[in-house]
Formats: sequence, structure tokens, C-alpha cells
Amino acid sequence: MEVIGVELTLVDQAGETVVDAELHGDRVLVTNADVARATGWVRKPEGMCRDEVCVPLRDASRHTDDRVDLTAFAEALQRPLAVDGDEHVAFLGSAAQDRAEQLTSQRAPDFALPDLDGRMHTLSAQRGKKVLLVAYASW
Amino acid sequence: MHAELSPLGFTVISVALDKDPESARPWIEAASVTHPSLVDTSYVLADLYNIVNVPTTVWIDEEGWIVRPNDVGYATDTFRGIHGIDSGRVLDSIREWVRDGTSSIDRNRARELQPLPTAEHQLARAEFGLARWLGMHGRSEAAERHFLRAGELAPHDFTIRRGSMPMRGIDSMGPQFREMVMDWISRGNPYYVPLPE
Repeated sequence: MEVIGVELTLVDQAGETVVDAELHGDRVLVTNADVARATGWVRKPEGMCRDEVCVPLRDASRHTDDRVDLTAFAEALQRPLAVDGDEHVAFLGSAAQDRAEQLTSQRAPDFALPDLDGRMHTLSAQRGKKVLLVAYASW
Repeated sequence: MHAELSPLGFTVISVALDKDPESARPWIEAASVTHPSLVDTSYVLADLYNIVNVPTTVWIDEEGWIVRPNDVGYATDTFRGIHGIDSGRVLDSIREWVRDGTSSIDRNRARELQPLPTAEHQLARAEFGLARWLGMHGRSEAAERHFLRAGELAPHDFTIRRGSMPMRGIDSMGPQFREMVMDWISRGNPYYVPLPE
């Protein structure tokens, strides 16, 4: 199979990182160092680790010593991954399970968003007040 | 609402889910609001709160607990003919909550009513995120593929299906929107479901 080396843009809610990737058909292999740089998850013998948490990487054959299969990595974290192999862009979303646990706990997820002047506001800064959160749109 | 109730320890936080701040600006400036009025071009709020349409309201108490989850939140009767929701009753129940501390539902009921996302829906949000990135970088053909894929994965999510229209050069109040809603409704789905009383 043809292997193509590319610069792939890995995007998530926090931002984007250009990583060194190899495309093997539909598979995307990213260097261990760049996965760590883009996501904070470090490859170790026990799997992918961040802080005190390690998640095993299944299907050893999908990875190489110095590269991680991005789809398998997302599966290990139970996070959704959308890839456009032609455009060399991938978006790593948030896990349904993480979202469901947060919402089931009934703790209102905190957020930081800008106003029109670019000043950031958080929900947590309003602690002590009742808050009516209203999502709307111009469309 | 905000001006009336803010002395009682209350604030509105409004968040525009829009493709850029300029889309939201005329709305925010026309309303000349005094509460935090924010712009969310990355759909962070939709992801965190599993929001699938607008307007959506969430009630959060002084300690940061969700006491009334995602509901249809109309502050005026402009579109009452379409959605049948009486804004007066909505405003009254908010006043009651702020003044008397009585939420219309208890904590267990709030948990039952909290909508939770599926893995497929989160994949739709990832496809939508990818599509927005491609669109912002001028790759509109590739973006369109992922906008459509996102909509197929989460056909009930109108922050994706309708919210993507301005990003794709489609009139979000025009024939394609009406066709989309009619198709959705004709298959037995509600366009927007308020919480039960």
C-alpha cells in the first residue's frame, strides 16, 4: 500500500496542532511525540498516559514503534474522530460518556466564552447567583 | 427580565451560537443588554450542554447545579404561532424561581429530563467541527461533505443542520430550511420539544 507522509492538522475544542502523519489508505499514523504535543497523551509501554491515567492501546499491529494509529487512539479514549484524508485535517471530539457523566451529575459544566469586545466570561464567576443560561443564534 | 431580577441575585447569560461575532453583533447591540452576552463560534456550549436547537434555556442555581435542564426558551411571543409556547408563563416561572427559590421541578425530575448525547451524536459534533474548520479555510467542497455527514448522524440536531446553513451560503430561513423541517415533521418527529409541565 502506498504510504504518504503529510502534515496533518489535528483540531479539537482547545485549538489545533500540525502533526507529522503518514497516510496508509484510510489509516493515519502520527508520531508519538506529535500525539503528545497535540493532545497531552504520552505513549508508554502500558498504553497512552496523561497525568495518572493510562489507557491501553489495543491491536498492537495497528501501530508502529514510533507512531500511533490516530483512529485506534481515539477509540481507546472513546472519543469521536472525524478525518478528511484528502484535506489532511482531523477533528478529535469529546466523549459521549464524559459528557453524559458530567450532565448526569447535574453540575453545570463551566465554560469561558468571549463577549463582542473579546473579554472572557465564565459561568463559575457567577457563583452565588441564579443563572438563566440562554443559547440562541442569529440563524 | 435581567434588569428586573438582578437585584435579587440573578443573572442572564446569553450565548450566541454563530459562525462569527459579526453575525451576532446586530442582535446583541439592538437588545442593549447589561448581562454577559457571549459569542460561541466553536459550539462549545452545544457540546457541553448537549444543546440541539435554539433558543434553549438552562436554569443553574447559586451553587452551580442544573435545576432545570434544556428547555425551549422563548422570551417573546413573536413565533408563538409556530411553537405554541406562551412566553408569559415562562417568564412567570422564572420570577417565581428567583423570588421564592422554588424550581418547577425537583432534582430527581431534573436528572430524568436531562438529555444525554450518544456516541453517534458526538461523532456528528466532531464531523461538524471538521466541517467548520474546512469551511473557514476556504475548502468549501470538503466542508460540505462533512456538514452533510454530521446532519445524517444527528438528524435531530438543528444547531448542526440549521446552524450550518449560513456557513454553507444557504438562507437559514429560506426554502431549504422549510423543506428540512417539513421533511423532519412528516416522519413523525417534533421540531422542538418543550419540557413537560
